[in-house]
Amino acid sequence: MIKAEQKPIDEILKYLNPYNKILLSGCGACVTVCHAGGEKEVELLASGLRMARQKIGKKIEVLEVTPARQCEPEFALELSETIEKVEAVLSISCGVGVQTLVRHFPKIPIFPGVNTSFLGETITHGVWEERCQACGNCILEKTGGICPISRCAKQLLNGPCGGSSKGKCEIKKEADCAWQLIYDRLKTLNQLYKLEEIIPAKRWGVESRDSGLRRIVREDLKV
Amino acid sequence: MSSFDPKIIAFCCDQSGYPAADMAGTLKLKLPRNIEIVRVPCAGRIETIYLLKALEKGADGVLVFACYEENCQFLRGNLRAKARLAYAHRMLEGIGLEKERVEICHLATNSGVKFVETLRRKSEQLKKMGPNPAKES
Ligand code: SF4
Ligand code: SF4
Repeated sequence: MIKAEQKPIDEILKYLNPYNKILLSGCGACVTVCHAGGEKEVELLASGLRMARQKIGKKIEVLEVTPARQCEPEFALELSETIEKVEAVLSISCGVGVQTLVRHFPKIPIFPGVNTSFLGETITHGVWEERCQACGNCILEKTGGICPISRCAKQLLNGPCGGSSKGKCEIKKEADCAWQLIYDRLKTLNQLYKLEEIIPAKRWGVESRDSGLRRIVREDLKV
Repeated sequence: MSSFDPKIIAFCCDQSGYPAADMAGTLKLKLPRNIEIVRVPCAGRIETIYLLKALEKGADGVLVFACYEENCQFLRGNLRAKARLAYAHRMLEGIGLEKERVEICHLATNSGVKFVETLRRKSEQLKKMGPNPAKES
């Protein structure tokens, strides 16, 4: 799922400086799971914003809402009536949700309240780690289910760099070397032979971000 | 400023802070004037929002009375409370409020004296700091 972290409150306060009545919108999906933008975080941030503005004698009214999934038009449109009543929106959904609101509500300023960080998994409660960079052509089949694109600092495709040491990555010492993990996993599965296959360079300019905006179209699903 | 009696919300864990408050009563120790005790089953029940809402809704300071570390009946409740306090402190810094307004105190069931002394010290500290400028008006 998408992982995010709340922006520093002083940064948010700067964006909101010109406004006295805002809507703070969370999202009930990914950012709820990583505790960056769910209903609880909406309540907490709203309280913080009100206090910060009260303190400087410039009260702000903060309406609070948490649609089920801000990145889906049906849910985003539920905000229509409330948005009419405010001067700006602070969204603590991921960057996708922010842009869904921007698309549907073109006349009102909409600000991000979180830094959308990565696609990751929950390691344990309160700890999340990156697992996928949405490269557009998944090679997990060749690497024992461990992604070298998101987990190797150099995105190497055919074995470790010379800096892999005692299972750790030379770029980030606290991180496991992805290629050590891949090797160990393939060994466990008796599939070390897979390492003999050369994985060709990824076609970043065709399948991935480098060719510009990506889009998926499914004619069979259109209404 | 002498007429200012800081309002303190004291969250009291049922295993330590609350019995300590009880003991302070038995010993007839005098509390500062403007204290509101909120009984919680464990310090781990206190969410970060409680700390912020207390300040937003009118408190000048918040004290969490929890068990000594490694002495929590629910194993980690007091450590969770401590971590949430640290998070609240970071928020308060961002808001521009003194983080000393929110504090944790570890004690035991028989710490009636410590309970009162901590509240008195906090009350004095808050008097010097002045009223919470971020409370709702
Ligand atoms: S190979 Fe690509 S799609 Fe597969 S997990 Fe890694 S980044 Fe994601
Ligand atoms: S040490 Fe391992 S994870 Fe780190 S850059 Fe080298 S191969 Fe990649």
